[in-house]
Amino acid sequence: MNAEAAVFYVLAAITVGSAAVVVLARSLIYSAFALLFTFVGVAGLYLLLGADFLAATQLLIYVGGILVLLLFGVMLTHKLYDLDLRSEVTQFLPGVIVSIGLFAVLALTAWRTDWAGGDGRAPAATTREIGQLFMGRYLLPFEAASILLLVALMGAAMIVRRKRSA
Amino acid sequence: MTLQHYLLVSAALFALGVLGLLTRRNAVNVLMGIELILNSANLNLVAFSRYGTGNLEGQLFAVFVVVIAAAEVAVALAIVLTLYRLRRTPNLDEADILKG
Repeated sequence: MNAEAAVFYVLAAITVGSAAVVVLARSLIYSAFALLFTFVGVAGLYLLLGADFLAATQLLIYVGGILVLLLFGVMLTHKLYDLDLRSEVTQFLPGVIVSIGLFAVLALTAWRTDWAGGDGRAPAATTREIGQLFMGRYLLPFEAASILLLVALMGAAMIVRRKRSA
Repeated sequence: MTLQHYLLVSAALFALGVLGLLTRRNAVNVLMGIELILNSANLNLVAFSRYGTGNLEGQLFAVFVVVIAAAEVAVALAIVLTLYRLRRTPNLDEADILKG
């Protein structure tokens, strides 16, 4: 087993294990912090795949932004003295059956398909080329995404604004 | 490492995300499940970008998915906060105002 395989298995174990904690933990805070390790593990897998820009983006946006937002959501939807922050589980058995079935189908498909692939060598540093693609061929989707972000954030602010009772 | 290994990790992430989506009552926890699903899709895109075509478009799409995820979390948390203000509960199955 070479070094790449070892790193891959460690990262995959971190990712999948902490994702299982996210789903199965009794406490919301445990779930949120396990989600941190899932995001970091996925960022490591991106690095292993040669996607350096995407790994940095994953850390900045998911860990720095989305996870903090989710923690805000946890804190704001519970009373301050409500310390245990439980999250109940419903319909556990059907959920387990459905997700195990999904995993079986996906894994079988992924494993048994004969993927026509390239050579699988790592590309060189990707940031420059991604930037050129964004500013060149994919300029219109890029602008659309920026407008979507603006609209979504303004809409979120509108939704949570307290209505003045008049 | 081959493409299949990454696809298996991604399938496991997806199945766990669906499990969280189906079994959790707390809305924020359901959002965490959605994040897991989006991450698994991204992992697939990047893996295919490296082992499949060899160009960078998969990574480009993954960046777009990250953007969508950020927008989705912002709007969803706004909805969850409004629901909490209205009903004093973060649980999704208690948000049954529309039920006749």
